[in-house]
Amino acid sequence: MKRPSTLTAYAFLYLVFLYLPVLFLPLFSFNSGTIVAFPIKGWTLDWYRKLGEQDTLIQALWNSLGVGTVVAILSTALGLFAARAFVRYRFRGQRAAEGLVMLPLVIPGIIVASSMLVLFLFLGLKPSLLTVVLGHTFLALPFSVSILKSAFDDFDASLEEASYDLGVGVFETFRRVTLPVVSPGIVASMLVTFTVSFDEFVLAFFLSGNQPTLPVYIWSQIRFPAKLPNVLALGSILLLTSVLLLVLAEYFRRRSSTSEVR
Amino acid sequence: MNFRSEASRGYSLSAPATAYVGFLVAAPLVILIAYSFWTQTYVTLDKTPTLKNYRDALADPLVRHLVLRSIWIAGAVTAVTVALAYPIAYFIAVKARKKTIWLLLITIPFWSSYLLRVFAWKLILGFNGVMNSALLALGLISEPLDFLLYNEFAVVLTLAHAWAPFAILPIYVSLQKIDPSLLEAATDLGNSPFQRFMRVTLPLTIPGVIAACMIIFIPTVGDYVTPALVGGSDGKMIANLIQVQFGAANNWPLGATLSLIAMLSVGFVAIVFVITATQFGRRIR
Repeated sequence: MKRPSTLTAYAFLYLVFLYLPVLFLPLFSFNSGTIVAFPIKGWTLDWYRKLGEQDTLIQALWNSLGVGTVVAILSTALGLFAARAFVRYRFRGQRAAEGLVMLPLVIPGIIVASSMLVLFLFLGLKPSLLTVVLGHTFLALPFSVSILKSAFDDFDASLEEASYDLGVGVFETFRRVTLPVVSPGIVASMLVTFTVSFDEFVLAFFLSGNQPTLPVYIWSQIRFPAKLPNVLALGSILLLTSVLLLVLAEYFRRRSSTSEVR
Repeated sequence: MNFRSEASRGYSLSAPATAYVGFLVAAPLVILIAYSFWTQTYVTLDKTPTLKNYRDALADPLVRHLVLRSIWIAGAVTAVTVALAYPIAYFIAVKARKKTIWLLLITIPFWSSYLLRVFAWKLILGFNGVMNSALLALGLISEPLDFLLYNEFAVVLTLAHAWAPFAILPIYVSLQKIDPSLLEAATDLGNSPFQRFMRVTLPLTIPGVIAACMIIFIPTVGDYVTPALVGGSDGKMIANLIQVQFGAANNWPLGATLSLIAMLSVGFVAIVFVITATQFGRRIR
C-alpha cells in the first residue's frame, strides 16, 4: 500500500512546520552575536546570566506569576461548579449556558480587550493587575470548564449516591467522595489556566496600565534590536515553562480519566 | 437532607460562571454601543447622541480597506489552515497508531506564548533574518529576498502557523464519530477508496470543517499581534487601527465604533459562510 506512507510522511513534515519556527528562539538565544542570522558566531550563556540583573523584568515576572495564580484559582473554582452542573444535571437552557461559557474562545482578542477597558474604566476600575485578573479569568474559563467537564464525565455518580445512602451530608460527600476523584482534573485545570494567563498578551496590553506582565514587558523590548538577545533568552525560558506545565497538566488529566478504574 | 430539584441545582451551580461570562460579554457591549454614539474632542467626552462616528468611519476609505483586508486575510488563513489540517486530522483519526501522542504533539506548540511564536516568524522572515542568511550561506541566493517580511504573505503564513492546531481538533472529532459500518457498506457496494472518501467521509465531516473554519476565521479577523509584528504597512489590519484609537489617538468613541463595525462584519461573513457551507454539505451528500 502506498497511500498510508505518503500520509505519514506528510504528518511528519507537518510536525516540522509546527515546531521548527519556534525552535529558532532557543537556538539563537545561545548565539554570542547580537544579530539573529546564520552563521552562528559562537555559543554563550551570557544572555541568560544578564536576565537576573534586570529589575523591570523581575517585577514583570512577579506580576505575571501573581496574576496567573489568582486566575488559576478563580477560573477553576467557577469552572468546577459549572462543569458539575453541566455533567450531573439536566436543565432548561443548559446548552445555551454551555455555549455562553465557551464564548470567550471565539471573540476576537482586540474586541474583548477594548470593550473590557471601556467597561472597567466606566466602573471606576483603573487599569491594573486587578483588571488583568478579571479579564484573564474570563478568557481562562472555557478551558477550565472543558477540562473539568471531562473529569466529571468519568466520575461514577453511584459513588455519591452510596455516600448519601450511608447518611453522609451533601457537603461532606462532596469533600470526601467527589473532590478526591476529580482532584487530578482540578490540578490539570489550574495548570492550564495558569498557562493561558501567563502567555496572554493583548488583554494584558490593554488592561495592565503601568504594571506590565511578562508578555507586555517582552512587547516593550521587541522593538529595540539591542534588546533582542535578552528577549530570546527570556522567551526560551517561557517556552520551556509553558511546555512543562502543559505536559504536567496532561499527566494529571490522564490520571483523572483513569481514576474510575482504580 | 434536602434534595432540591435537579434543574434548580443545575442553575445554581452553573450560575457563577454563566453570570460572570454573561456580564463581561453583555456589559462591555452595551457601553461600547453607547460610546459609539458619543463624541470626544481632546479629553472631553460629549454624550449627545450622534451618528458622526459611523459616518466618519464608513466614509473613510482606510477603514473600508482595513476591514476588507482583515476579512480577506482571515479567509485566506482559514482556507490554508483547514486544507493543511484535514489530512493530519484524517491521519490521526484513521491511520495513526498512537493517537493520544499525536494529539499531544499537535497541541503543545499552541500552548507556547502566541507573542513569541509570531516573534519567531519575524526573525525568520526578516531581511537579515534566519531564512535569508541560511539561503545565502547555502549559496541558493546571491542577495537577501526582500519580499518575505512586512506584507500580507507574512501575515497569512504566521497566522496559519499559529492557528494550525485549532483546525485539526474539530475535524478529528467529526472523523472519529463516523460509524465504520458506513465505510464497509460503501466498499461492499463497490466504491473505490477515493469514491468512498468523497461520498461518505467528506460529507460526514462537513460539520467539523465548518467548526474549524469558524474557530479560526472569527479570532483572526481581529488579530492584533501578527499584523503589528510582521505586517508592515501593507499588512495592517483593523485591530491595529482600533488599538490606535484606544491608545495614541485617544479617540475612544471612534475606537468603539470600529470595534462594532468589525464585529458586525465578522458576524455577517460568518453567518453567510455557515449557511452556504451547510447547503453545500447537504448537496454532496
